[in-house]
Amino acid sequence: MIAILDYGSGNLRSAQRAFETSGREVLITSDYETALNAEGLVVPGVGAFAACMNGLIAVRGDQLVRERIALKRQTLGICVGMQILFAHGIEHGNHKGVGIWKNTVEKLDAPILPHMGWNTVSVHPSSKLFTGIENESFYFVHSFAVKDSAGEFSTFSHHGEDFLAAVEDGVISATQFHPEKSGEAGLQLIENWISTL
Amino acid sequence: MTLSVRIIPCLDVTDGRVVKGVNFTNLVDAGDPVEMAALYGREGADELTFLDISASVAGRETTLDVVRRTAEQVFIPLTVGGGIRTVEDVDRLLRAGADKVSINTAAIARPELIAEIADRFGSQVLVISIDARRARTESGFEVTTHGGRESAGLDALTWVEKACELGVGEILLNSMDADGTRAGYDIGMITAVRAVSKVPLIASGGAGALEDFSAALDAGADALLAASVFHFGVHRIGDVKKHLSKNNYSVRNAHTA
Repeated sequence: MIAILDYGSGNLRSAQRAFETSGREVLITSDYETALNAEGLVVPGVGAFAACMNGLIAVRGDQLVRERIALKRQTLGICVGMQILFAHGIEHGNHKGVGIWKNTVEKLDAPILPHMGWNTVSVHPSSKLFTGIENESFYFVHSFAVKDSAGEFSTFSHHGEDFLAAVEDGVISATQFHPEKSGEAGLQLIENWISTL
Repeated sequence: MTLSVRIIPCLDVTDGRVVKGVNFTNLVDAGDPVEMAALYGREGADELTFLDISASVAGRETTLDVVRRTAEQVFIPLTVGGGIRTVEDVDRLLRAGADKVSINTAAIARPELIAEIADRFGSQVLVISIDARRARTESGFEVTTHGGRESAGLDALTWVEKACELGVGEILLNSMDADGTRAGYDIGMITAVRAVSKVPLIASGGAGALEDFSAALDAGADALLAASVFHFGVHRIGDVKKHLSKNNYSVRNAHTA
């Protein structure tokens, strides 16, 4: 079973349907034990960094992610659900994140923001998430991002400057883009992630 | 790595059916919105937009159902506009499966609505839809309401700047002069709005020839919305993308959708 963590964050319905195309059972839940015991946990997220982090803490999501890492269970952060895994976010003030990686989430230096639409990525050669979809485009919607590498395998994209599009680090992975909104390529990435469970 | 330009088919929906008006009168039924959304997804649309033109509460309920069914089978971003007046309206649409909402008249009547929506859900969910036409205002462009029939008494560029200040994530600029004519996007208007805004700009109204699409991008649009040329098969999305690619614009491969 795959759990999508519900902590007050936007459109979870299409994420659920996208993960269900794998044939797995997918539950939207805010229950700690259910999320802890799921084979795979998806941490979605839209909106501002601080609001998302507060929502995550309200369901003890920060502790949940750490405990899953300790238990070697796969977790995937998406968009702001990726951003809040870092140590800090500079969006309307300086806010603390979960701190899985030490980086800071900063505003992109680009003429047009948000970075909204389909962009390609420069895939880390050892990536498993991007197997077979190395040259595809993915759907991004964000103004903030991490600008240096993190975890084992970093995959970058570019909008005004290079930024981190995905991280793969043992049992924890994250994408700045929305795989559930990235058409066939996104569904393949979801399939690739699920095959690691 | 370059951000691709986006091609966005727009489906005008009333009571669960797709329609497209020529200058917003003379409506022609063009099909089932969920099937058309799935078809456009397969054809390489980068996003989809539903504009709910239902007049009744029952019609709006039907649209929520259309959004739900679309989000279940089409895995590209979906924007829904039409009749959105409150933060609660936005919440209902996002929960049904919309990724973004576009607001128009309600924001003209009460601009604070922009900040209320942006504060609660983030700017990225909010598209300001502006129906503008050429007029003797300061910039030469004015905002209209009622499908272009009435002046809002508001200069279009002043409104763009205010909407950006209040926190919109994107601008949908619809030329009421060009809408439905297939005579080309209003290039002067796109250029003028681009010059005063730093959020993504979607050009709308007037798409006809393939050259129209590249001309709008040359003027500074980030995305191109079109309805009748796609609905009536004048161009397929792949044809537009091929044309843009030939003109050195980055497009997402149609085969991935």
